[in-house]
Amino acid sequence: MSLSTQTLKSQLQALSSKRVSSVELVQEQITRAQAINADNNAFISFNADGALEQAKQADQARADGSTQPLLGAPIAHKDLFCTQGQVTTCGSKILQNFVAPYNATVVENLTQAGAISIGKTNMDEFAMGSSNENSAFGAVKNPWDLDRVPGGSSGGSAAAVAAGMVAAATATDTGGSIRQPAAFTGTSGIKPTYGRCSRYGMIAYASSLDQAGPIAQTAEDLAIMLGAMASHDPRDSTSATEGTEDFTRDLGRSVEGLRIGLPRQFFTEQLDDAVASTTHQALAELEKRGAVLVDIDLANIDLSLPAYYVIAPAEASANLSRFDGVRFGYRCENPKDLNDLYERSRSEGFGEEVKRRILVGTYALSASFFDAYYVKAQQIRRLIKNDFVAAFEQVDLIAGPTTPTPAFKLGEKTDDPSDMYLQDVYTISANLAGIPGLSIPAGQVAGMPVGLQLLGNYFDEARMLGVAHQFQQITDWHSRRPEVSL
Amino acid sequence: MMWETVIGLEIHTQLATESKIFSGSSTEFGQSPNTQANAVDLGLPGILPVPNQKAFEYAAMFGMAIGATVNQRSTFDRKNYFYPDLPKGYQTTQLFHPIVEHGQVEIRIDDTLRTIGVTRAHLEEDAGKSLHEDFDGMTGIDLNRAGTPLIEIVSEPDMRSAKEAVAYLKKIHAIVRYLGICDGNMAEGSFRCDANVSVRIKGTEAFGNRVEVKNINSFKFVEKAINHEVERQIERIEDGGTIVQETRLYDPDRDETRSMRSKEEANDYRYFPCPDLLPVELSDEFLAQVRERLPELPEAKAKRLIEQFGITDYDAAVVTSDRALAEYFERAAEHSGSGKLAANWVLGAVSQWLNDSDSNIEACPVSAERLGDLIQRISDDTLNSKGAKAVWEAMLTSDASVDELIESLGLKQVTDTGAIEAVVEQVMADNAGQVEAYRAAEPDKQGKMVGFFVGQVMKASGGKANPQAVNQILRSKLGG
Repeated sequence: MSLSTQTLKSQLQALSSKRVSSVELVQEQITRAQAINADNNAFISFNADGALEQAKQADQARADGSTQPLLGAPIAHKDLFCTQGQVTTCGSKILQNFVAPYNATVVENLTQAGAISIGKTNMDEFAMGSSNENSAFGAVKNPWDLDRVPGGSSGGSAAAVAAGMVAAATATDTGGSIRQPAAFTGTSGIKPTYGRCSRYGMIAYASSLDQAGPIAQTAEDLAIMLGAMASHDPRDSTSATEGTEDFTRDLGRSVEGLRIGLPRQFFTEQLDDAVASTTHQALAELEKRGAVLVDIDLANIDLSLPAYYVIAPAEASANLSRFDGVRFGYRCENPKDLNDLYERSRSEGFGEEVKRRILVGTYALSASFFDAYYVKAQQIRRLIKNDFVAAFEQVDLIAGPTTPTPAFKLGEKTDDPSDMYLQDVYTISANLAGIPGLSIPAGQVAGMPVGLQLLGNYFDEARMLGVAHQFQQITDWHSRRPEVSL
Repeated sequence: MMWETVIGLEIHTQLATESKIFSGSSTEFGQSPNTQANAVDLGLPGILPVPNQKAFEYAAMFGMAIGATVNQRSTFDRKNYFYPDLPKGYQTTQLFHPIVEHGQVEIRIDDTLRTIGVTRAHLEEDAGKSLHEDFDGMTGIDLNRAGTPLIEIVSEPDMRSAKEAVAYLKKIHAIVRYLGICDGNMAEGSFRCDANVSVRIKGTEAFGNRVEVKNINSFKFVEKAINHEVERQIERIEDGGTIVQETRLYDPDRDETRSMRSKEEANDYRYFPCPDLLPVELSDEFLAQVRERLPELPEAKAKRLIEQFGITDYDAAVVTSDRALAEYFERAAEHSGSGKLAANWVLGAVSQWLNDSDSNIEACPVSAERLGDLIQRISDDTLNSKGAKAVWEAMLTSDASVDELIESLGLKQVTDTGAIEAVVEQVMADNAGQVEAYRAAEPDKQGKMVGFFVGQVMKASGGKANPQAVNQILRSKLGG
């Protein structure tokens, strides 16, 4: 088996034992990724020359005795993380030529840890979408079935990991954008506690919900990645003082006696039967190893989706105002006056879904509807948070399906936005409450992967990753890879 | 019909912090365009604001100075509108939970004290500048000012005349200058004012529709713009029209206001809490430290000056209207040992110079200590008032000491009784008829008649005789 399709952990071991040089591994990874990209479109841009140059330096650093945790390992960044001197598009025409003059803190942290980015992964424009069909650079295809979507918005990162284009990639999750694509592609992904990773240099969609996290093949790789990504950042006022920690510390911990809550509201008729039974089988594996399954109620969870679709578009409507054609980004040809410049630059630069959410958000914030929508949604948000706080007094973790169905076909839901929004029905509440959530492969339905979601208490990522790792010790769903033609 | 004017002011006060409210860029005025705008100020994608603690300290100082509530928890909101000098497409401000609320200041109009309520003072970021000249049909954008911290000070609609509005504006100006939180420079835009103006029939409760008058950026224009707007509104109503709620721009060149936008055209700013900034919590300890550093404020200073130097309420109020002027007075009073004379000079010759030179006290060529020297020479009768005035004029252009100037100008007052007696005797001999008349007159008439002799003696002495000594000697000799 080629090293380029193996886990990050295996690659790091190969590098540290000098079985392979970083230059060799990075070159192999880029060659493979570029070949596959023609089919699945997981990458928007590659940084081959820069990556190989860094790989040379990494090999030199290792020869000089450096022990950086990710030294020489190839990864990829979702294209909403600003990377200094490289184009950062956010999946949008409006930023198609935007070169960031700074690195996002997450990028900087991974670079400091020795990781090498081979390129930027595709995504739904401004992270708005659940299928990766909303990219100005074309849809991403699911490596398990090129007629199906990889999920979104971090569809590029998930497809890249699933297809072995890179062992691990950064991603972001505002309502499920890490967990849903991880579930659709048979990969593992974690959205940490809000504030765990700095948002500095991460192009904002909905600031109070956005959170960075990794997608990789295994929980162990997630722990390694997250350890390098997380930090307290004085440049982000909402970044948590907890900073980073050793997220691998609980990997060996037994699930014996672990109390896992199963929200009744997650197992209803909107959940696909096959996905439901796959989820129950996965939970039964944990039960066999001594975990205790407890039915719980999250009474207000059904209100998550409507609350999210007020708060997220409201914040987005303001966050995206800066893309006005004045200082950077796309500008329309020959504007006849200021309003024309604004209207045409934004109309031509933004895609349909982005425009839809800006309009929804603008409406929700307008003086006559503010109380009825925004204020109400924030009240619901508090109720949902309270539900989780109460639940975590009874149980250690909450588990359930990541998505209602496996990956759907390209084009299947593009005409029905509200059906598309239902994709996030199980994932969105974690963003509203700010708690961590992860998705790991739990089985397959008709040859397509299905995810198991674990939700944890604030800053309890290490324990969640431990449970996920234990699950991956007794199952092999995470190591099943789609057949990819080169 | 008797009309009553109702005025409320919104004052934008730039805080004198070294760096911006959410970025590390310098706030210095007058630098080349866009040299003080970093990625935060430009609103580049992915960039986040980090609050500047100094701005909170300054806002808290202002709140304490006007006896307001300084909220220990305040939050930031976004005010959304598109304009090229507003890089993010929203202004970060405090709508829902401002840092300062419910304060008040006292103003004095003639001899009446009035209390003006301050509804709130909130922190926000300034926008950049749009430069419509010099670009041949295009607009230049300078973002150096973008992100400069402001407190917007919003008054209650408590003022009833343009004069009161000016007095209030001056009072707030004095306070922020005393606190050292704003340089108060209206020409550079550090201290700007919008006025909400309405009229109603005297005795009625309900407010008339208000008009917001913008762009009134000097004390002089505030009064003119408000008076103009009041006249316009009254005229319109008396002609059978109505006042529409709108924003009008004051044009100082034409001394008129013109409509900028009506209520219907007004932006819906879609305020909502800024998700990039956590609520700001000010600890008891922080506020105690701020309170400790609070300088003496105009009212307290006036009270102390009255007690310490025996000056009048009026003099104290005028002298303390500006912190630097008050400090100048205090040094001159201490140095000379005469508070009353120092007050007379500061309010007289010194204020005259400030007006004539359109300058501030820091630029005055006569230091407080030199003025003190001059006052000493008046107190010890070396100079009479006319001579003192001449020395003052000379001091404005010369660095020579007061004594040197008295010497070189030959202004030393004659207090030698023998010398004055000789002159008095000479004048009486030259004006024997008047002496006769004086002696024949009723005592109550004599008081007036002595003035003639004083004038003659002063003239004969070349203005150098001490007037009191002259008076005393004359009365005794004429009585003889």
